[in-house]
Amino acid sequence: MSAVDAIPGESTTPPAAAALREADLWRRPRRTPLTWARSGGLTTLLLILPMLLVFGAFSWYPIVQTVIMSLQSTNLVDPPTWVGLDNFRTVLEDPLLPKAIENTAYFAGLALLFGYPIPLAAAVLMSELRRFRGVYATLVYLPVVIPPVVAVLLWKTFYDGSSAGAFNTVLGWVGLGPYPWLQSASTAMPSLVLEATWANAGATVIIYLAALTSVNSELYEAASVDGASLWRKVWHITLPQLRGVLLVTMILQIIATAQVFLEPYLFTSGGPNNSTLTVLLLIYNYAFANSLGGDYGSAAALSLMLAAFLAVFSLVYLRLTRSWSTE
Amino acid sequence: MTRRRRRGADAPVGVISSIEWDRRRVRWAVGGAQLILLVGLVVVGLGPILWLAKSAITPTADTLSHPMSLFRNGTAWDNLSRAWSEVEVGRYFWNTVVLAIGSWLVQILVATTGGFVLSVLRPAYARVLRALLLLTLFVPAVVLLVPLYIEIVNPPLIDRSFVDSYWAIWLPAGASAFNVILVTRFFDNLPREVFEAARIDGAGPLRMFTAIALPMSRPVLAVVSVFAVLASWKDFLWPLLVLSDPDKQPLSVRLPTIQSQTELGVFLAAMLIACLVPIVGFLIFQRPFLRGTGLGGAVKG
Repeated sequence: MSAVDAIPGESTTPPAAAALREADLWRRPRRTPLTWARSGGLTTLLLILPMLLVFGAFSWYPIVQTVIMSLQSTNLVDPPTWVGLDNFRTVLEDPLLPKAIENTAYFAGLALLFGYPIPLAAAVLMSELRRFRGVYATLVYLPVVIPPVVAVLLWKTFYDGSSAGAFNTVLGWVGLGPYPWLQSASTAMPSLVLEATWANAGATVIIYLAALTSVNSELYEAASVDGASLWRKVWHITLPQLRGVLLVTMILQIIATAQVFLEPYLFTSGGPNNSTLTVLLLIYNYAFANSLGGDYGSAAALSLMLAAFLAVFSLVYLRLTRSWSTE
Repeated sequence: MTRRRRRGADAPVGVISSIEWDRRRVRWAVGGAQLILLVGLVVVGLGPILWLAKSAITPTADTLSHPMSLFRNGTAWDNLSRAWSEVEVGRYFWNTVVLAIGSWLVQILVATTGGFVLSVLRPAYARVLRALLLLTLFVPAVVLLVPLYIEIVNPPLIDRSFVDSYWAIWLPAGASAFNVILVTRFFDNLPREVFEAARIDGAGPLRMFTAIALPMSRPVLAVVSVFAVLASWKDFLWPLLVLSDPDKQPLSVRLPTIQSQTELGVFLAAMLIACLVPIVGFLIFQRPFLRGTGLGGAVKG
């Protein structure tokens, strides 16, 4: 399923219109630039100009530029010099890199553990609501619209490690804690993931909810006639019907969490003891943390390596799950 | 079957059949689980925001010593006014609004003109452009970060830096392939005869765009607008990098600094102000959010 399929007002086009659409409206015999301009070619070009300029300057050019920069030494003052694969070598020999990869994988894994089953269960329950579904959906989505900076800084207040912190106060009522939350290397990362899950799970619930309403109800009716229990229907109809969506949300979530930046940056700046240093934070530190001028080449090299890894990972993932998702 | 009827003709038919729903045990179990879910959603989803609202108008000393009690020593409404004027949240709020409006305008311009040409006019090079657009969807945002920053600091061809210029935020915001593809798909699904008829009546491409395509694309523009404004309001890293002058920074970039400069109560009031617009906007324009349209940008962590 693709995101853009869900446009409101979308309808299936009758075959006649589809055939018409194939016939290109503006294609005429173009012999000279003059006939091209007369037939609207110039206006067309004028209309596409904003997109060409904006994407050219701020999307396509920087993509090419990353590759070039990763092979150069750039400091914004002197003209860049070619250094071959030196930047990649610097990055790969950085003792912090294994730690950053490990932490990022840990974050992604925990985020799947926290953020995958709960939204699914919530969506299945919500799809059975006879009334008030809108209230549930609004509540579910509310944290998603909170600006991430506000969410992180608010949770940072909650995570106050003293016994007067908000979370520690609540846990104190039942005789637990106080916990150090962000101050301890072992609890810092789970604390980050907890906030990230709070901030983002609502969007996943809404996606599942949309997918659930498209499950063919005849399947349920047929199963009911055959005497299938509720659990068997969830297990044998609902979940298999959601397979495609479940697989897409999983890979999208992995790609997003592999680029986690805001939480470690604002919560802990990578600490304590580098326990929350992620790959993106390392890229940021290469390029922007040093006030004397960043190592832009290494930052570009590491972002390219991350992008390449994600591309390969996605391809392998799609390959492995293809038979399963279309079964 | 009575129960099913009461739900109305358009109610989706779920996993629970009406016979099962009429069974008392099933109804209690599912209803109970739904009630627990509701309580959980109120506590988890609404709770932190209510806490923020409460603490924004509570004296700092009370929030520090007893974060979970309710107004034990009265309220401190002046936290809000102090945040607005003393730590200049008013100014940063205005900056955020200006950034959001500019980003929105650029995104609407690029998405509508681009979508119109790619879908309706379809010049010979449209296929190449469509492919290039799809390609950018697969490039993770992190790849753009460093070269885009260098480009803003030290742009090619132009002999000036765009650091501290709002154009450095507005223009890159327009390069959203998601928007263009959304609008292209929308035009793809409009009946072709509309444009055909206009062309026979002698309308040029420009007139077709302004008189037909734009008025018809209101639903998709609403979706693009809502997500454009929200994304701009949420943005942090990019404005942090390219806006170094504190007087020009948006609220999200200023909040970490405000935290270190002022007392907790005033800081929490500033945070409340920062999330009021997105919350109110969401409550007014719920539909585009709750229909799962935002899949492209929504799935994270």
